[in-house]
Amino acid sequence: MKGIEIYIAIAYVVLGPLLGGLLDGFDRVITARLQGRVGPPLLQPFYDLRKLFTRRIRPVNRLQLPLIASHLVFAVLTGVLFFYGSDILLIIFVLTLASIFLVLAAYSTGSPFSTIGADRELLLMTAYEPMIIIALVALFGVAKSFNFYEILSSAMPIYLYLPGIYLGLVFVLQMKLRKSPFDISASHHAHQELVMGLTADMGGPALGMVELAHWYESVYLFALVLLFFSSSWVSAIVGLSVTYSLIIFLDNVTARVKWQRALSIAWLVTLVAGAGNLIPFYLISRGTP
Amino acid sequence: MSSIERSPWLIHYDASSCNGCDIEVLACLTPVYDAERFGCIVTGDPKQADIFLVTGSVNHLNAPIVKNIYDQMPEPKAVVAIGACAYSGGVFAECYNVSGGVASTIPVDVYVPGCAAKPESILDGVVRAAQILKEKEKAMRATRKAERKGRKAEGAQR
Repeated sequence: MKGIEIYIAIAYVVLGPLLGGLLDGFDRVITARLQGRVGPPLLQPFYDLRKLFTRRIRPVNRLQLPLIASHLVFAVLTGVLFFYGSDILLIIFVLTLASIFLVLAAYSTGSPFSTIGADRELLLMTAYEPMIIIALVALFGVAKSFNFYEILSSAMPIYLYLPGIYLGLVFVLQMKLRKSPFDISASHHAHQELVMGLTADMGGPALGMVELAHWYESVYLFALVLLFFSSSWVSAIVGLSVTYSLIIFLDNVTARVKWQRALSIAWLVTLVAGAGNLIPFYLISRGTP
Repeated sequence: MSSIERSPWLIHYDASSCNGCDIEVLACLTPVYDAERFGCIVTGDPKQADIFLVTGSVNHLNAPIVKNIYDQMPEPKAVVAIGACAYSGGVFAECYNVSGGVASTIPVDVYVPGCAAKPESILDGVVRAAQILKEKEKAMRATRKAERKGRKAEGAQR
């Protein structure tokens, strides 16, 4: 396995946006069909991105673009470290740093919409981080490793050991991917109360970079889900498609919650599904050497 | 196909419409008309928008707002005036506070007729505006190229 990681990490930098954009395109088509619409072409996200990068726009201040660029760089770095096989615990810190840069960029504009969006993004971060950390600790418990490839090649049906953790992770993915009911910080839809939320006052290339970073993020988040289903090719394909469909389905059938509820539900799910799975697993695995 | 023609993002402003045209604009997003087919997204941020949809007549109170939204949009941009009021002020044209149609404040590219305008004709207006955007983008590129050439020639002379 040694040596191939670097090529996978490079492939991620080059092909990551392609995969992330396709995931986004399928999402928009499926969502449209669920609502009885024809929907945009599959490649619509790429058309949007190309247009955003051709737009010439004066940024609202000198700080905004560097902060958004840092957000993109750290989002890519998170994925690169992930696929390079670095310690996953380290990756969590880089992931947080990437999100913090986006929040700072939103704060820097001074628009009331982006300020409230940034506030809510911070609250969402406090809501999803505990679950992600619990998930990683549990993965270590099963595979005895913090390395992506070692967990992947352990070839254990991890979803059977950690069903609660898997469900909890899907739950917080809904926040990380900015899906309903947790799309409270920013949304593609203008009919929400925050207008564009976090991305208000970001136009042209700035928005393009946020979008690109989001595609990179979605690729390694789905790779994280893959770890639960790495026992065979069939389980990997079924597991990933079920997760993807579940996220789109929840996005379409749920209404946006208030931030208070988002926070309390997320912590409740973390406690019940996350810790409720982790503690029995720990006790049982300690009994069987 | 130019990228701007494939993803024209919209911003919608109700100048002083009776809400009739606005309901029809929103109807364009519903499953029956589905504006997303053409890559349209309704954004709330003028900095992200390419096409400005204005409904209703412009009065002295909202003229600065219409102007402000228009100014914030990046070039090239297109304006679609929707309905009779946005064309001339409609039945409100004679009111003391009404300054007229949208063209009294900002340049308009496409007029959509009707009172209220039908969703089909609004969609048609948006698609036409997208084509106009494409032309404008082409013209902009040509002028930029000419400017660059001019600057180069100037530099060579020096």
